[in-house]
Amino acid sequence: MKRLVLGLALILVPPAYAADPSEMLKDPVLEKQAEALGKELRCLVCQNESIEDSNADLARDLRIIVRERMAKGESPEQVKQYVVDRYGDYVLLNPPFKGTTLVLWLGPFALLLLGVAAAFAFFRRRGASGGPVPAAPLSAEEKRRLETLLKDKDQ
Amino acid sequence: MIAEIGHFALILALAVALVQATIPLIGASRGNATWMALSGPTSTAQVLLIGISFAALMHAYVTSDFSVMNVAQNSHTDKPMLYKVAGVWGNHEGSLLLWITILALFGFAVTLFGRNLPPGLKSRALAVQAMITVGFLLFILLTSNPFARLEPPPINGSGLNPLLQDPGLAFHPPLLYLGYVGFSMAFSFAIAALIEGRVDAAWARWVRPWTLAAWVFLTCGIALGSWWAYYELGWGGWWYWDPVENASFMPWLAGTALLHSAVVVEKRDALKSWTILLAITAFGLSLLGTFLVRSGVITSVHAFATDPARGVFILGLLVVAIGGSFLLYALRAPTLKTGGLFAPLSREGALLLNNVLMATGAGTVLLGTLYPLFADALDLGKVSVGPPFFNSVFLPLMVPMVLAMGIGPLMSWKRGDLAGALSRLKVAAIVALIVAIVTWVAQGGSLGPWWAAAGMGLAVWLLLGTLTELAERTRLFRVPVGQSLLRLGKLPRAAWGMTLTHAGLAVFIAGMTASSAWKVESVQSQKIGETVTVAGYAFTLKTVQDVQGPNYIASRGTFEVTKDGAHFAVMQPQKRSYKMPPMPTTEAAIETTFLGDVYAVVGDASSDGGYVTRLYFNPLVVWMWFGTAMMVFGGLVSLSDRRHRIGAPTRAPTHVPANSVKA
Amino acid sequence: MRRLLYLLPVAVFGIIALFFLRGLTLNPREIPSVLINRPVPEMNLAPLPGRGENTGLATADLKGRVSLVNIYGSWCIACVQEHPYLVQIKKQGIVPIHGIDWRDDPVEGAKWLQKHGDPYDRVGIDPAPGRTAVDFGVTGAPETFIVDKAGLIRYKHIGPVTPETWDKVLLPIIKELNK
Repeated sequence: MKRLVLGLALILVPPAYAADPSEMLKDPVLEKQAEALGKELRCLVCQNESIEDSNADLARDLRIIVRERMAKGESPEQVKQYVVDRYGDYVLLNPPFKGTTLVLWLGPFALLLLGVAAAFAFFRRRGASGGPVPAAPLSAEEKRRLETLLKDKDQ
Repeated sequence: MIAEIGHFALILALAVALVQATIPLIGASRGNATWMALSGPTSTAQVLLIGISFAALMHAYVTSDFSVMNVAQNSHTDKPMLYKVAGVWGNHEGSLLLWITILALFGFAVTLFGRNLPPGLKSRALAVQAMITVGFLLFILLTSNPFARLEPPPINGSGLNPLLQDPGLAFHPPLLYLGYVGFSMAFSFAIAALIEGRVDAAWARWVRPWTLAAWVFLTCGIALGSWWAYYELGWGGWWYWDPVENASFMPWLAGTALLHSAVVVEKRDALKSWTILLAITAFGLSLLGTFLVRSGVITSVHAFATDPARGVFILGLLVVAIGGSFLLYALRAPTLKTGGLFAPLSREGALLLNNVLMATGAGTVLLGTLYPLFADALDLGKVSVGPPFFNSVFLPLMVPMVLAMGIGPLMSWKRGDLAGALSRLKVAAIVALIVAIVTWVAQGGSLGPWWAAAGMGLAVWLLLGTLTELAERTRLFRVPVGQSLLRLGKLPRAAWGMTLTHAGLAVFIAGMTASSAWKVESVQSQKIGETVTVAGYAFTLKTVQDVQGPNYIASRGTFEVTKDGAHFAVMQPQKRSYKMPPMPTTEAAIETTFLGDVYAVVGDASSDGGYVTRLYFNPLVVWMWFGTAMMVFGGLVSLSDRRHRIGAPTRAPTHVPANSVKA
Repeated sequence: MRRLLYLLPVAVFGIIALFFLRGLTLNPREIPSVLINRPVPEMNLAPLPGRGENTGLATADLKGRVSLVNIYGSWCIACVQEHPYLVQIKKQGIVPIHGIDWRDDPVEGAKWLQKHGDPYDRVGIDPAPGRTAVDFGVTGAPETFIVDKAGLIRYKHIGPVTPETWDKVLLPIIKELNK
């Protein structure tokens, strides 16, 4: 199995060369834009790096092609679409918000809501002090009852 | 011969673990003291047996015994001794053996320090520890034997991945495992408590120091890994949201939440079933991380060579350990007595908010890490979830957290006074706002990222909020300064621990914000004698020479760096080519200053006769490491609090130091 | 209701575990092509030196017949492994194979074919930065595409072609397309 993985690595990774500064665009504003776009594009052969961070040949090719297209006047969005058309959403490190990624993008908010709701329910159930919303202030009678309750618990 | 002894010791350890996992448990349910007492000697026997096994593998590595397949595949005679030793855990089989050695050590620690524990709780917890041991021993013996022989032995080994031949990474796995496995203590005690149906302050007092110790180790381990990435990978990044990094970060988040909720259990006897759930989750996420790294279901740069058989086995282990625990939780947790009452606006309430946010954070990281798998399994196509997702979802979650961290410690237990706390934080809020505005102006408004101002403001808010709490405790400015100092000296160490860790996080946030927002980078082809200026530092490339290392050759660049015309440093980054296995690595040269790291990398010769050089100025990076060190130190200080002292879980602190003044 | 809440952790874990079980049989490194059923990209690649004038590869060359497009390079180690098999397929004459010499020195690419055998009808060179390869969505070499009569890409195989993948996967598709 190990040999297979090693073999796979040999197939997938062409020999690596260090990134060459000659790739960079002359126009610093355009270069910045290209860099920002490159940070969002996944290097396909190295799994978890962007093409800007990778030394792999394919990453370098994509860096060059991205810059060529930007230099020709295409917008970053157009260039991004060009790459996505060829490699799919997989190439985007920042997954687009759409049907298949709904759970991903909304999940964290759902979790937070769930957490807050659970905490809310917790206080409601305990009824310790009227819940998290600033409810009506406790009556004198309620206060007294609460004090004794709390005292009991302390013992 | 020695390798066979190691193998045999593992088999014996399995037999002992089976005894430890069953008989004391039955003893505890029948009230049979003799059977319960068996957990002591068995855990001692385990640590000895597994220790022998670990020593045997270590021996094979140190003596370069290539007849052991594991050594042949991962070591080499030319390797420096440090990396021969580190080679033991630089591979799948050896790292599992390390994992289980640490597990045995923790089990032994219960026997050693747990004299005051109720015998039922102790024997049950040790039985649970032993069950985990059984699972992992079976995993090692059936799928990943580190002592397998190779016939005939090769003349030399194939070497350790050169990226791993680094002092930072040599100690990264042991620290990480001390953290992961450390959470097994909280886990075992949680399961034991569920079986007993009882969670009380004594339980929390026992679990807290162990969780804190695990947290300290895990923090160190993660920080060491980040630091390594920062100086070794050669582009000044330190966190990539890689699945393997996430695998260590999720238990950290859950563990941090657990630390805080255990406080509530101990002090206020509340949040008990939630704390139990967190204890199971923290360790569960540690196990999940093990699965992710070793099964190949998620792609990562760091993954071990994967094997489906191993994946199936660990998945089975996960289902039994985590699934079984959660099932037990579902059955038993509702029977736990609910504890103390408190208002939403109180210290407990703030800790609960911390828990909700931490848990949401951990859930978010889990979702992001596993989403590519979910999408693939449901045939939704392959997706990537990379740093942009985590940064845009996780970091905003931490904003209310940091805001609350300033306020929470100023609230009193049971029912706090939010308005009062806020009015005491006025200064902190105003200064934080000023810092945010000054940051915004100083970076030239929208020339820098908008979040930089927010990040710096939050850091200042947290730091000043933490100091405000310290001032409150010592009644600074309200009583004579001398008296305040006296109060300062008498503060419990646990309080110091909190102050240090929270302030450490503030320093960390400042460093993280600055280094992400204002990094200055220059990549070019530089000829010998040519000067390139980055952030005011002038780098003159003097020479590029070949140098010979013990198991590599390197081309070493020499930069003379000046700032404002004055000599600053001579920097010598290297580009190394290792021989066995053949692989290039970059060794960045880093000069650390208070305001930022000057960072230089030398690459290949370029076509125009120069060399590709990457020069960076990474602002406030050392603040991140220093902030982390403060957090770790704070954890240690808190651990040294006698109320936390391991082994004194039931005794109340009655002893007062002779030289302290009675209040 | 409260009881159900306590069941939530085990339920969530159960779902995750099911995904893991499924995940063990999936390969996260295998990225399916998004170009399936899409036309072959526009290209007009120059021939390899020494293979004759009109032997380069252009989009039009892929219309009218089912054909294979194989990405290779003289630097590619795994290509050596699949190459003898490609030569064998060529001899069977079932389907024409075209090559794209990717990111390579054309002279080396030609020499490599002389050494390992030349199974290709047409070979186009695609030097760095490999624009045509990117148009094909190539992630590494070797990769093999099946193109139908209309010039649409119908299948992409990543990695070396082995007798097993040929018999079980590629050949049935080619037969189907030839109907």
